Amino acid sequence: MADKTKKDGVAAKILRSGVISWIIVLAVWGLGSLNYDEYFLPSPKETLDSMVVLIQNGTLFADIAASAGRVVRGWLLAVVAGVPLGLLVGSFRHVRWLVEPILSFFRFVPAIALTTLFLMWFGVGDESKIALIIYAAFFPIFVNTIAGVASTDSSLIEAASCMGAKKLRVFFTVMVPSAVSNIFTGVRLGLSSSIICIIAAEMLVGSDGLGYLINSSKLYYKTGWAFAGIVSLAVLGFIADRLLLLIGRKTLRHFGVK
Amino acid sequence: MYIELQHINKTFGDLKASDDVSFGIEKGKLIGLLGPSGSGKTTILRMLAGLEKQDSGDILIDGRNVNGLSPDRRGIGFVFQSYALFPYLTVFDNIAYGLRIQKKDKAFIKSRVAELLELVGLPGLEKRYPDQLSGGQRQRIALARALAPSPELLLLDEPFAAIDAKVRKELRTWLRETIDKIGITSIFVTHDQDEAIEVADEIVITNNGKVEQVGSPAEIYLNPRTPFVARFIGQSDVIEHYSKLKGFEHVKGKHNAVIRPEFVEIHKFTDNEHHDFESSMEDAVVTGVFFRGNGYEVRADIDGIGVTGRLPLGDARIYKGDRVKVLIKQLYTFDASSTEMITNKALDRTDLYYI
Repeated sequence: MADKTKKDGVAAKILRSGVISWIIVLAVWGLGSLNYDEYFLPSPKETLDSMVVLIQNGTLFADIAASAGRVVRGWLLAVVAGVPLGLLVGSFRHVRWLVEPILSFFRFVPAIALTTLFLMWFGVGDESKIALIIYAAFFPIFVNTIAGVASTDSSLIEAASCMGAKKLRVFFTVMVPSAVSNIFTGVRLGLSSSIICIIAAEMLVGSDGLGYLINSSKLYYKTGWAFAGIVSLAVLGFIADRLLLLIGRKTLRHFGVK
Repeated sequence: MYIELQHINKTFGDLKASDDVSFGIEKGKLIGLLGPSGSGKTTILRMLAGLEKQDSGDILIDGRNVNGLSPDRRGIGFVFQSYALFPYLTVFDNIAYGLRIQKKDKAFIKSRVAELLELVGLPGLEKRYPDQLSGGQRQRIALARALAPSPELLLLDEPFAAIDAKVRKELRTWLRETIDKIGITSIFVTHDQDEAIEVADEIVITNNGKVEQVGSPAEIYLNPRTPFVARFIGQSDVIEHYSKLKGFEHVKGKHNAVIRPEFVEIHKFTDNEHHDFESSMEDAVVTGVFFRGNGYEVRADIDGIGVTGRLPLGDARIYKGDRVKVLIKQLYTFDASSTEMITNKALDRTDLYYI
């Protein structure tokens, strides 16, 4: 951060912490909600009340757990598939040329567009939802891994081979470690894609999860539930991303993860 | 010869990077490949390493033709301008990299790494990562890493180009001493003639993909064999009509000449001062005086011929616009392919040697 060199005043520190931003959002939301009834635009207080009710009857945590479980399963499978495949494709120029046109085609097909197809192919259960998450998370992971391998500093590869390293050793000791930082970026992007896509899938079909909670609230005229679901979703995504970043920074610092 | 390059040609697109390059290197020597950027010096180094393949010609190391060998089988150490240390490995693991490939046992690796860190003057830095080191330290570690597997030949590609001027000077001397200690045959690429002259046993000068001259620094300085070398080495003014100068006659076919500051004496006489060679001196006007730390550099104009001389700090100051007397002691005349040194006739009878 460039402005870190300048010593920040107390006011600047508070501003940077984001506290003021949130006070403004809550104030605008609260004032706005005064003009409408609870069914149209619940106030922050009413949203909090809805959350308390949902926590007390157990629905909120059950839904969070259901969504989070699907996200983690699908996302991990995408990592397991995307990283090795990306490493392989990235290290062979010709394979990369073969794959790239296909990638640029599917880039414009969002997971949500495939929901109907996947329901037909994989059924209405968890399988179709996890398949969607894999699809959504796979691309950012795959593409970033390829880019990471392909952009390995050529002087590192040359240094290794001058010291006697053969191709396979160069791959594992130079190309893979050099790609870690890009892989990590892909894995993070994959996580946010997973979360976005699971909500859409659960809204279309299903009987639990945050997507289901948000969608079903309209049936009962509980607008507050939808708000509670949206807030939980944002908090969940934020925490998951921060946690991942924190772990990455702690363990992968020397691989260039910042 | 320990290393031999025979009629090497290499083109990149329509650029001729090596044009019939041939030269040999004796075992244990430190060679400087010197030339302007784009002259093909790095290409020669990379072909020696096997990182680039020549279009034609042979490379022999210790009598063995290495044309078909990939870099991992040539037994060379390579030091890159950008250090090329593995950022994700500690100093220890960086240096141990080549040793692990040689399947050395743990105890050996440990003592060898310690020995090399001692050699490069950075003992105890095993656990550091490259980003915790200064540029000079990184290059020392890179050298230690290149030397660890005990290569037969050490190649350095502009090793100090990315380092501050002051540290660079220290590292030069240090590199010379370190290489002397281990006695490994080494070749380094540089575009800095001071670096080449100061460090190398022998200099190979390249220009436009061709080798212009091979020789010791003194030889190259005193007897530049091609016009390019005469102009490139030292600080040189290229002049025309040198026969207009007192004491010099036109040499057939050679229309231009190079004058170096050490060939030039500049005097500003008061009315009663005289000099032995005053009659051989030219009248000149000072066009510029530049402070150079250990003295002044004086630019003077002799009836349209611009020359440069040096004055020590203690001497009487000369200012821009002053009328001075200039003695040109010698110069190199040249044509398209050869050079010839001629000495001022007035000085010729004495056996003075000015360098």
